[in-house]
Amino acid sequence: MIAFFFRKFDRMATGFVILLAAIAILVPVLNLAVPEGSPFHIPTYLVSLWGKYLAFALLAVALDLVWGYCGILSLGHGAFFALGGYAMGMYLMRQIGTRGVYADPVLPDFMVFLNWKELPFTWYFFDHFAYAVVMVVLVPSVLALVFGWFAFRSRVTGVYLSIITQALTYALLLAFFRNDMGFGGNNGLTDFKDILGLSVQAPTTRAALFALTAVFLALGFLVARAIVVSRFGQVLAAIRDAESRTRFLGYRVESYKLLVFVVSAAMAGIAGALYVPQVGIINPSEFAPSNSIEAVIWVAVGGRGTLVGAALGAVLVNFAKTWLTGMLPEFWLYGLGALFILVTLFLPKGIIGALTSRFGRPGDGGAQ
Amino acid sequence: MSADLTDSILYLDAVSVSFDGFRALHDLSFVVGRGELRAIIGPNGAGKTTMMDVVTGKTRPDKGIVIFDGSIDLTTRDEASIAAFGIGRKFQKPTVFDGQTVEDSLLLALEGPRSAFSALFGWRSRVAVEQIIDKLAIIRLGDLRSKLAGSLSHGQKQWLEIGMLLAQNPKLLLVDEPVAGMTDAETEETARLLTSIAGEHAVVVVEHDMSFVRALGCKVTCLHEGSVLAEGTIDSVSANERVIDVYLGR
Amino acid sequence: MFRRFVILFSVLIGLVALAAAPIRADDASLVLKRLATDNYGEIEAGVAALAASGLPVSEAVLTALADSRLSYRPSDKALFIKDTSGGWIDAATNAAPAEAPSGLKSVKLNNRVRRALEAALGSMTLMSPDPMKRIAAAEAVFKSRDANTLAPLDVVIGKEADPVVKRYFEEARAAVLLLKTDAPETDRVRAAERLGERGDQDSLALLGSVTEANATANIVSAAKLAAKGIESRLALLSTAQNAWYGLSLGSVLLLAAIGLAITFGVMGIINMAHGEMVMLGAYTTFVVQEIIRTKVPSLFDWSLPIAIPLAFCVSGLVGLLIERVIIRHLYGRPLETLLATWGVSLVLQQAVRSVFGANNREVGAPSYMAGVWDLGGFQITYGRLWIIVFSLVVFFALLGVMKGTSLGLRMRAVIQNRRMAAAMGIRTPVVDALTFALGSGVAGIAGVALSQIDNVSPNLGQSYIIDSFLVVVFGGVGNLWGTLLGALSLGLANKFLEPVAGAVLGKIILLAVIILFIQRRPRGLFALKGRAVDS
Ligand SMILES: Nc1ncnc2c1ncn2[C@@H]1O[C@H](COP(=O)(O)OP(=O)(O)OP(=O)(O)O)[C@@H](O)[C@H]1O
Ligand SMILES: [Mg+2]
Repeated sequence: MIAFFFRKFDRMATGFVILLAAIAILVPVLNLAVPEGSPFHIPTYLVSLWGKYLAFALLAVALDLVWGYCGILSLGHGAFFALGGYAMGMYLMRQIGTRGVYADPVLPDFMVFLNWKELPFTWYFFDHFAYAVVMVVLVPSVLALVFGWFAFRSRVTGVYLSIITQALTYALLLAFFRNDMGFGGNNGLTDFKDILGLSVQAPTTRAALFALTAVFLALGFLVARAIVVSRFGQVLAAIRDAESRTRFLGYRVESYKLLVFVVSAAMAGIAGALYVPQVGIINPSEFAPSNSIEAVIWVAVGGRGTLVGAALGAVLVNFAKTWLTGMLPEFWLYGLGALFILVTLFLPKGIIGALTSRFGRPGDGGAQ
Repeated sequence: MSADLTDSILYLDAVSVSFDGFRALHDLSFVVGRGELRAIIGPNGAGKTTMMDVVTGKTRPDKGIVIFDGSIDLTTRDEASIAAFGIGRKFQKPTVFDGQTVEDSLLLALEGPRSAFSALFGWRSRVAVEQIIDKLAIIRLGDLRSKLAGSLSHGQKQWLEIGMLLAQNPKLLLVDEPVAGMTDAETEETARLLTSIAGEHAVVVVEHDMSFVRALGCKVTCLHEGSVLAEGTIDSVSANERVIDVYLGR
Repeated sequence: MFRRFVILFSVLIGLVALAAAPIRADDASLVLKRLATDNYGEIEAGVAALAASGLPVSEAVLTALADSRLSYRPSDKALFIKDTSGGWIDAATNAAPAEAPSGLKSVKLNNRVRRALEAALGSMTLMSPDPMKRIAAAEAVFKSRDANTLAPLDVVIGKEADPVVKRYFEEARAAVLLLKTDAPETDRVRAAERLGERGDQDSLALLGSVTEANATANIVSAAKLAAKGIESRLALLSTAQNAWYGLSLGSVLLLAAIGLAITFGVMGIINMAHGEMVMLGAYTTFVVQEIIRTKVPSLFDWSLPIAIPLAFCVSGLVGLLIERVIIRHLYGRPLETLLATWGVSLVLQQAVRSVFGANNREVGAPSYMAGVWDLGGFQITYGRLWIIVFSLVVFFALLGVMKGTSLGLRMRAVIQNRRMAAAMGIRTPVVDALTFALGSGVAGIAGVALSQIDNVSPNLGQSYIIDSFLVVVFGGVGNLWGTLLGALSLGLANKFLEPVAGAVLGKIILLAVIILFIQRRPRGLFALKGRAVDS
């Protein structure tokens, strides 16, 4: 089983996993054990910020798995991310209990505010962490399964698929804005207090969440990698290159697509669940189509079809975003827009793609 | 007729297909026996490729019967299951997986389980490697085994597609214009290859190159406007008045 | 009560007198003088007399009195009205006096006079020379159903020459009679029928309040029958109204999508900056209006006709630039085009935000866009009507260009077989650039129209982009007729869903339906069949 995950490991993959392991240990240590005055101290806000980047990186890896390796450009992956986030948010909401403004032991504040008397069934059991964790994976997967089943079976491909994935997340955006959906409407879920009995504000919790995100990113990467280097991954690439030819070879293209789409959605859901406790809020704007498209550019910047590149792209672009919006807020959109244009025109293989072709090293795709 | 059916690998009866009112196939009926080599000729637009589309499940016939291996009704199956029954196809326009190496393309085509889960956890066996080496030798692309398929020349792509077809080890091979873009020597080689695999597999070849068809030395069916115009040996067909009129020219 | 009756009675007498012989000019000042006193009783009587006099000035005088703006000069009993700017107007002549009057005393009001005034003003407007005012008065009676108005109503009904106004009077009378328990049964039954003919929500409510407690069985059944008639009429009306709204939304969708039908539908370019082309058109309209407002306000009604060609040029040029700089490098790579044009859209949004600010900009409606056309409860706003007409004009113009011009022919040639077209000597890059510019320019024109119904803000385009794509895909890529049909059917479906499911849920349902639909027919309603689309 272990061998399954480390099949055909190359230098880049090894380096990436070691890097993640290192920061998973080092960053919490530098944050908690090193005194604040020291130049090596990492402040807690940075820990959470970088934790957020890593969650995005996991989303990017999930997206790269379907786009880079199977040619499914999903413009709705933000929906899976947000659904995972909402599942985690619902757990965190129910942990608030009587500490809310209205001090209702069961109902979250916004429900009391809306004058609801009973917990909607969608919220049942979310006070159990294990249930929430299952939902984090299950809800996005089931949505991906149902959606993908319809879409792939009827052979919706290319831009048509992109457009309907975008419509999907748009529909969810509209739905979650509604108060009567019972997910906090406009304001979403926030004011979280603790997770598994630990305060979400406490530096130790934040450091732990960071480490956990790094670990999940590494796991996600390993799973994705194991998939793409397997024969399955080869079939995916074949589908990407000549879908109908693959069919005539006897491969049931839709089940391949469906499986990888569901795995990817589950991964995106986990990313969302890791994201929410670190930023402290989840609201419908996470469903905005523009978010999903932004995630696509992370992958494109880093280099699609490389997995490592996707993660790298997510971190780089978000770092640039934080930095630019801090310095020149109105320039962020120019920067992002220019990034979209320049990368597609001049860097079609992204950073990693450009680097590997420069130094003549094959990427870590199926080919060897 | 029923003897026909049980002896046949492919049995078409009164198949019609139309596109927006245009009849591409019109009551097309013919039978291919097990292990038979059959050449199909006919002018452009006669419906040869469309016939293959119908057999492989790409196009659904408006009416008619298509039976494979004496008992399997193909009109209700999708491409993947038809391929799984043992029908392989080479396209008129060579289509290979641009991003895969020659070797991996053959590996993908190789007979074996096709389900997503088996692909996820299985890996190439030694037998598979041997088979691939075998096929590489047949199509003489051994030197190019780790080259990307997308970077091959037109003729090399034709050979790769033939190799993939062989790797599939199907009961019936449908080969659409295999020698377009090949040299004369290669054309002869292809004819030799196809005749050699016939017997074990049934082969249906569509081709305009009459010397190639002659080299195949098999029964010939001439299609015209979606139905069979003449059928028989190459000599009888090419002597047929109507075939000369519509296809061969005087 | 009695006093009120007296007043009304005198009004009535006045009306009869009016009918018999119009008051001559010199009598006018006599009537007016009756108000020039500090005796409430006399004022009260004077009010009634004035109301009955039918003098053109009487309404102004009585309103002034009601507002405590009426004064008199004790010396000659002349009345003066204080106007809003504080000057004086001679009530008898309705003109400013030569010199400012002095020693004025204001005409006082008490509650009785006030009541008299109300009644006088109310019934007086029933015979106002302005038919609109008479109708308004009739409607006021319809609402108040004051039994005391029956008598004056009977008088004016007999006199009224205008059939429309007369209908209103009769309806008002019916409203009063219907619930008047001491009225004869036949009258009340007829009243119910009358209200049934009127057929609006108010009549329905009124008919609903007829019960066994306040009416005989005959009246009740007549009311029930009339109410049923109204209900079915109203249902029909609301269907028609929904269809109209749907058509109107459909035309908006058509406008938004029509440029995309060229760039995406025909050329296959996933132009995510399409919405921004629409937005640029809207901002062009804004700039044109700003210039007109400050320089030549008289041309304001021309602002839209002026903005249309300009918007076409602005968006068309920007489109040309985008095609030449970015898109031409990306032909054959649709997903990359999607990303690059999304980048363009972000840049354009931010650029507009930097220049015009992030807030909504005010774009005014020319006079012909304002107003409502009421077709017996079925309301058509001129703005919407124009937009529907406009969208169809744009559509057919574009269809003409594509089908009828040599540019259109070359466009289709290039799109269907680029290599072949190039081999035949068509300069495909030029055709590509022009086609894209055309699509963008048309989007700009759409922006002019959309500026009339939507907020002109940097986000304008974003709100249309998804809808536009869905319309084009739904209608069938590459088919302009499909776009038309797609837009209209989506518009209608949306508006018919809205009352059932609510606006947001309706939209969600529609999105879900479209998603399912695209999966059933991936190439849209009117798909091009053939091998080209398979590859
Ligand atoms: N998907 C389709 N849509 C519309 N028409 C089609 C389609 N497929 C085939 N046709 C038409 O059906 C007819 C038969 O085509 P087909 O490709 O079978 O001819 P062919 O015999 O293979 O010709 P060639 O020798 O040129 O390959 C042609 O006129 C073609 O235009
Ligand atoms: Mg053919």
